[in-house]
Amino acid sequence: MSFLQKLWAIVWKDLTFELRTKETILSMCLFSFLVLIIFHFTFDIGFENLNTTAPGILWVAFLFSGLMGLNRSFGSERDGGTLPGLLLCPISPWVIYLAKMIGTFTFMVIMETITLSIFTILYNINLLPVLLPLGLIIFLGTLGFSSIGTIFSAMSVTTRARDVILSILVFPISVPVILASVKSTGLILGGRSITEAYSWLKLLAAFDLIFLLLAYITFGFIVEE
Amino acid sequence: MTLKRKSAAIITLELATCVMMLTALYAIFIYAPIEKTMGLVQKIFYIHVPSAFLAFFAFFITFVASILYLYKRENKWDIMAFCSAEIGVIFCSIVLITGPIWAKPIWNAWWTWDPRLTTTLILWFIYAAYLILRGSAEENRRSNFSAVFGIIGFVNVPITFLAVRLWRTIHPVVITPQGINISYPMKLTLILTLMAFCLLFFTLLVTRIRLERMRLDVEKIRALSQDKKIYRKE
Repeated sequence: MSFLQKLWAIVWKDLTFELRTKETILSMCLFSFLVLIIFHFTFDIGFENLNTTAPGILWVAFLFSGLMGLNRSFGSERDGGTLPGLLLCPISPWVIYLAKMIGTFTFMVIMETITLSIFTILYNINLLPVLLPLGLIIFLGTLGFSSIGTIFSAMSVTTRARDVILSILVFPISVPVILASVKSTGLILGGRSITEAYSWLKLLAAFDLIFLLLAYITFGFIVEE
Repeated sequence: MTLKRKSAAIITLELATCVMMLTALYAIFIYAPIEKTMGLVQKIFYIHVPSAFLAFFAFFITFVASILYLYKRENKWDIMAFCSAEIGVIFCSIVLITGPIWAKPIWNAWWTWDPRLTTTLILWFIYAAYLILRGSAEENRRSNFSAVFGIIGFVNVPITFLAVRLWRTIHPVVITPQGINISYPMKLTLILTLMAFCLLFFTLLVTRIRLERMRLDVEKIRALSQDKKIYRKE
């Protein structure tokens, strides 16, 4: 089997499993919907302060529900008792990592698309003119968050307090992603052009590359017995 | 399994630390002049700066020891990485506590979101998470997990700093490429305290590593004695 075939086999397995149960993606979407509503209740958001608060609300919804997806990424393998089987596959740990990362990334993107549509309705924002630059920011931000999160998901799944551990591992490390995504989204929603968010985008891209590389080097140590 | 007595080198290190810490205290409170505009509160600077330096240094040792552990697979590097991270978290806490005490009368605010302050806070969070991860991981995976996290955490620091730097910095820049911006007695006091804190750090590190080794030895002995009991019953 070639590299891509192996990768696809695991991604396909995860997607099929998810399509049959739909439990992860549905809870992620419902949760981010809830976050949007809770923010509306707690901050009393009106038309005048929307541009400053909207990016924060969006990204908190994305990242908190993304964390649920990360918990399930290796958590579902553990619950089903299939984790040893996955690790015993005659493939390199890097393929397992990439496949799991792509899975989480896909779930997050689906959840983000739905959240954005609900967001435009609830907060009366027209996102169509900025959809392309916003899509780029969300792509880079989600990639960074899921690449870092997949490493920690594999770690926390074997620890005692796994759900709690995952959040305290992921959030301090993803501070640059959170900052860059929120700030650049703020610029775009404020009607600025994408060139003004250029330095943030560079930072996001650098973060993604560095942590994918680190995962490539270190993931083998995490899954070894 | 060897429970050695303290070597002469460790005792000398401990004595030197004692002497240097007392000298540093003398220098801070009696030798160094009181700063003109800030007054007495400036003296916290002599504790704050060396602690900040040592916190970063400790995390750097964790980073290097983690790499060495993954590369060489020797238990001593794992122990060193863990002990250094633990001491680093203590020094980082000292930095985060002394900073606001100084900032309240000088900046009229306990906290600002300056890049250095924010990065130090995130650093504290990362290594606190490191210690929790270590406590929660299974025995056979603990060393690998903490080594990987030690590496990722340290690589993340400059990126976090860059990300936070877009806010205007108001942290005083005392050490510039041109030299140190303070009077001579203050400079001498700072150097003395820095040396004393370095010695303190190494004493703590050596003691902590000794303690961790003893703990592991005791665990081994306990496991052995339990094996024997089972054997006798059979």
